[in-house]
Amino acid sequence: MRDKAWRLGPEHFGRLISVLAEQGYEVLGPQVDGPAVRWGPLTGPDELPQGIGAETSPGHYRLKQRSGPERFAWGPSPDSLKRWLHVPEECFVHAAQDNGAFHILPGEQPGAPPGGAAPPKFAFIGMRPCDLAALVRLDAVFLKGPYVEEHYSARRREAFLVVVNCTASLDTCFCASMECGPGARTGYDVALTEHTAEEPAAYLAEAGSARGVALIEAITAPRAEPGFIAECREACKQAAAVQRRRVDWRTAPAVMLRSFEHPRWEQTARRCLACGNCTLTCPTCFCVNTIEHTAIDGSTGGRSRVWDSCFTQNFTYIHGGSVRTSVKSRYRQWLGHKLAWWQQQFGTAGCTGCGRCIAWCPAGIDISEEFAALAGTAQGGTGA
Amino acid sequence: MKPDKHRPTVGIFKFASCDGCQLTLLDCEDDLLAVAGAVDIRYFPEASRNIGKGPFDIAFVEGSITTHHDADRIQQIRRQARILIALGACATAGGIQALRNWHDSGEYVRQVYAKPDYISTLKTSTPVAEHVPIDYELRGCPVQKTHFLEIVCALLTGRRPQLPSASLCIECKRKGNTCLLVASSEPCLGPATQAGCGAICPAMGRACYGCFGPHENANAPALAKRFREDGMSEPDLQRAFRTYNAWAWQFRKASEEVET
Ligand code: SF4
Ligand code: SF4
Ligand code: SF4
Repeated sequence: MRDKAWRLGPEHFGRLISVLAEQGYEVLGPQVDGPAVRWGPLTGPDELPQGIGAETSPGHYRLKQRSGPERFAWGPSPDSLKRWLHVPEECFVHAAQDNGAFHILPGEQPGAPPGGAAPPKFAFIGMRPCDLAALVRLDAVFLKGPYVEEHYSARRREAFLVVVNCTASLDTCFCASMECGPGARTGYDVALTEHTAEEPAAYLAEAGSARGVALIEAITAPRAEPGFIAECREACKQAAAVQRRRVDWRTAPAVMLRSFEHPRWEQTARRCLACGNCTLTCPTCFCVNTIEHTAIDGSTGGRSRVWDSCFTQNFTYIHGGSVRTSVKSRYRQWLGHKLAWWQQQFGTAGCTGCGRCIAWCPAGIDISEEFAALAGTAQGGTGA
Repeated sequence: MKPDKHRPTVGIFKFASCDGCQLTLLDCEDDLLAVAGAVDIRYFPEASRNIGKGPFDIAFVEGSITTHHDADRIQQIRRQARILIALGACATAGGIQALRNWHDSGEYVRQVYAKPDYISTLKTSTPVAEHVPIDYELRGCPVQKTHFLEIVCALLTGRRPQLPSASLCIECKRKGNTCLLVASSEPCLGPATQAGCGAICPAMGRACYGCFGPHENANAPALAKRFREDGMSEPDLQRAFRTYNAWAWQFRKASEEVET
């Protein structure tokens, strides 16, 4: 389907949003919200950021005004799609006690919001290629293998994915080395690439699914010219070329195996706040805690799960105590899982190179720099 | 503790404190009737003149230990209580009044009271756990009523209470706030503070004050380093860590490392 390419002007962009809304999708997209670009309900293209970029460095994120017409130059938002597909908190068992008998109450349909009848149908407009790569990783966790996570599955099945290839990388991005960006490969319904040499910006649109083709046909966009296609592709290549950070993920299992007692872990643990921001902001970290609740009179109760972090003491708490009591062992576990052990579990690295954990770590700890220190390689990163 | 058989007896005690935590319990409103039905509240002078006697299945203790009399009384309460729960920043960390621990409290007494001779006080304000073993802590200044209800429900049902112990940032990120420290360099104490409040200040654009005290793995000196890099002066750094939970050792460590 890649041989089909269209050119979208601003009017098509508006129709893209309205057609998806008419098809019953809850359309979500990026918007400037205070000091960051965040995701929220999207009703028209005017709500998208315009002429807005972002500057990131370890522990820092700032929006920056840009002079061009670009709407997608802000890199990854602090939000990732896990907020909507693998929600922060969800009750999955409701129970009641009646004269000493215990009943599991019928819950909502899997994936439905509290009190809702059906799982939501989301259309994500403006997700990044690394966001898409993160979904592929969450799919491997939740959908592959003998146990399918039915809540995630219900929401994921419906989701319509419009990815926008990056033509501007942030300083913390290293998706090129992780082979997750800055251009999307597969898995999208529609992929857009922004052409900012004209004002207002135009978009190269490529379809990755039958419903993607149907959407673009419904908005009656013209075919893209070869020159336009080439310029869009070149801009995306440039975004890869400027990335200074890189992680040679294929070497990670070997590097980890020889680095268990590396002095770097202790040095990093002294900087680490054990705050968990890296894991919560990471688009592929999926761990949850299970919590139980009961009514005061014991008549009803339930079991929920909430986003958790491997940086807490309760994580891996088993009979007799916590498996990992030191921050050093927790950071080692986290980095090791992201870059190395995930490969053995799921066949890819667990990291997409989005750089969120670098920018949103209050201590400015940089996974790419940490890995370079363990691997003994030089690194473009600038962390303390 | 099984429901039906026996309504657990409860006592609610006060030491050096502002009563805000006890008021938070009274603020449970509709749930308060359910609690009063499920347990036998024997001693709660803040709420009732009906003063009953121990022993107590559960004793909630608000306030810090600041006098010789306090130090005796907390021993007596411990002896009468099966489960002792420290309530709020004063009881769990010594409270704002623990600022005296760095100074000469005798000097304060002489300045404040017309007849200082009548005042008998300890040199320090200390948490309950420095005097007797405790079973649970409800953190906060004031405590969260949801935590109070949770611990009562859990003890009645015989399950483990679900109380937060990790960082506020986890709660803040779940809620979906944009991080003030990273996006605006606001001196937010969240990365060193225990969750529990629902990240209400960051949700309103105000950096965390640390009401819930240090979290289980708090690395306050490393957070102080970040504040310093963002331009915070040494006196301000010390003030940031010396509020309601100043005497909690992790915050104490950060504030004592400050060069003033
Ligand atoms: S580990 Fe960091 S860079 Fe990798 S996907 Fe997670 S947040 Fe992004
Ligand atoms: S690496 Fe950074 S974000 Fe992660 S727990 Fe440590 S200080 Fe927090
Ligand atoms: S705003 Fe404060 S509490 Fe929230 S994530 Fe940032 S540092 Fe943590």
